[in-house]
Amino acid sequence: MIKIIELHKSFNGQKVLDGANLTIPTGRITVVIGKSGVGKSVLLKHIIGLLKPDQGQILVDGVDISTLRGRGLREYKKKFAVLFQGGALFDSLNVFENIAFPLREKTRLSEAEITRRVQLRLEQMHLTSEAEAKFPDELSGGMKKRVALARAMIQEPEIILFDEPVTGLDPPMTFTVFHLIRKTHQESGYTALVVAHDIPEIFSIADQVAMLDKGRIVACVTPEEILHHPDPVVQSFIKGEVDFLEG
Amino acid sequence: MLFLLEGLALALVPPFRPRRILQEIQFIGVKSTLIILLTAAFTGMVIGLQGYYTLRKYGSEGALGSMVALSLIREMGPVLTGIMVSARAGSAVTAEIGIMRITEQLDALDTMAVNPMQYVVMPKLLAGLIAVPLLTAIFDVTGILGGYLVGVVLLGVSPGAYFSGMTQSVVPLDVNGGFVKSLVFGLTIILVACYKGYNTEHGAEGVSKATNQTVVLSAVLVLAWDYILTSFFM
Repeated sequence: MIKIIELHKSFNGQKVLDGANLTIPTGRITVVIGKSGVGKSVLLKHIIGLLKPDQGQILVDGVDISTLRGRGLREYKKKFAVLFQGGALFDSLNVFENIAFPLREKTRLSEAEITRRVQLRLEQMHLTSEAEAKFPDELSGGMKKRVALARAMIQEPEIILFDEPVTGLDPPMTFTVFHLIRKTHQESGYTALVVAHDIPEIFSIADQVAMLDKGRIVACVTPEEILHHPDPVVQSFIKGEVDFLEG
Repeated sequence: MLFLLEGLALALVPPFRPRRILQEIQFIGVKSTLIILLTAAFTGMVIGLQGYYTLRKYGSEGALGSMVALSLIREMGPVLTGIMVSARAGSAVTAEIGIMRITEQLDALDTMAVNPMQYVVMPKLLAGLIAVPLLTAIFDVTGILGGYLVGVVLLGVSPGAYFSGMTQSVVPLDVNGGFVKSLVFGLTIILVACYKGYNTEHGAEGVSKATNQTVVLSAVLVLAWDYILTSFFM
């Protein structure tokens, strides 16, 4: 279980997180929604240790990861995989090498075993064998996301964090990526935190939906409950009522 | 300074990444060879030409070999190699790392528990340390041959005088001084390039700005280091 307690973070004096609290249950998919620029990715970067909080705790299985350094932090990161917004595939490596990268770096598996595992993930993501030799700049947006998901899955992590996994994709590809997340989650049972603002599609994969607003989690309920949440901020966001004057 | 120390210290910690270091030597060193050969040949030819007409006024054309060799080994070789490497490889290193930064590739490495400083920066720093002195040696030899072409082949200086003057006047301190300069320049250029790329912000404009700063700053630092090291060796 991941527990975020009273998380505060400011950049150049501007508060982004202002006492955020959130519990992410093990083996479930938690979706964090909220307006663009509200601090969803900042929250995610704290969980993966890319940012240190000004104040507050991030407990993963009872360990405060914001205090970890060096080897302890590296060991902690082995539990995680992240699917970045743009995929963050390595430009200099082809699809096969990108997916194999975590295994080559962090395991002593034979090349035959690495090839077998990569092939398995490629199949799982419905990527053809021709895609293997392509470089990231030759891939469509949807393919990049699927390759990035394959790379995230290859080490069978306990926790996967998805940073806006369908941003920029067309509706069929959005559906495909959500389907793949749901399918891989059912097969592997990992804990997932998905940062997104694709409503209502995102509710199809969520076990729990949390809304971030003004640096705080203002709601954390099931997808069904959030649709009828009494908070006007939540309702306004879900219904897509945009305040053009704010922020 | 901390960036440099961390980058170099990581070379002593496994995994040692010899393949990555070789790839970077190929990129920074081997792929710069052609531009170094061209620059060196024309530099040597110009020194030969200028030197010949200056020395002729004093009837000392025979000293042309010494003049070309000393100019190249002490100053022109390391400095021009440094500036050319900064323009060709330094800018490319900054752009590569900068793009890795803005597309979250460095963050991706970090989340995979792979230290981006060790995977990306350390091999480039070592490659700079190895490749730039070798390129400087190539520059010196090619420049001397360029001076030979103009002084001996075109203007009629005796080949024996050209080389004997050179062997008499060039002492180990000159070669060592040039070598130390090339080491310092190589490290400086790649350090600036990596640092600027690693700390790139604000998208494509940030990459462009960082690349520009790398070329300007490393050229200025090469010249500043040149003065400091020259005054030390004199």
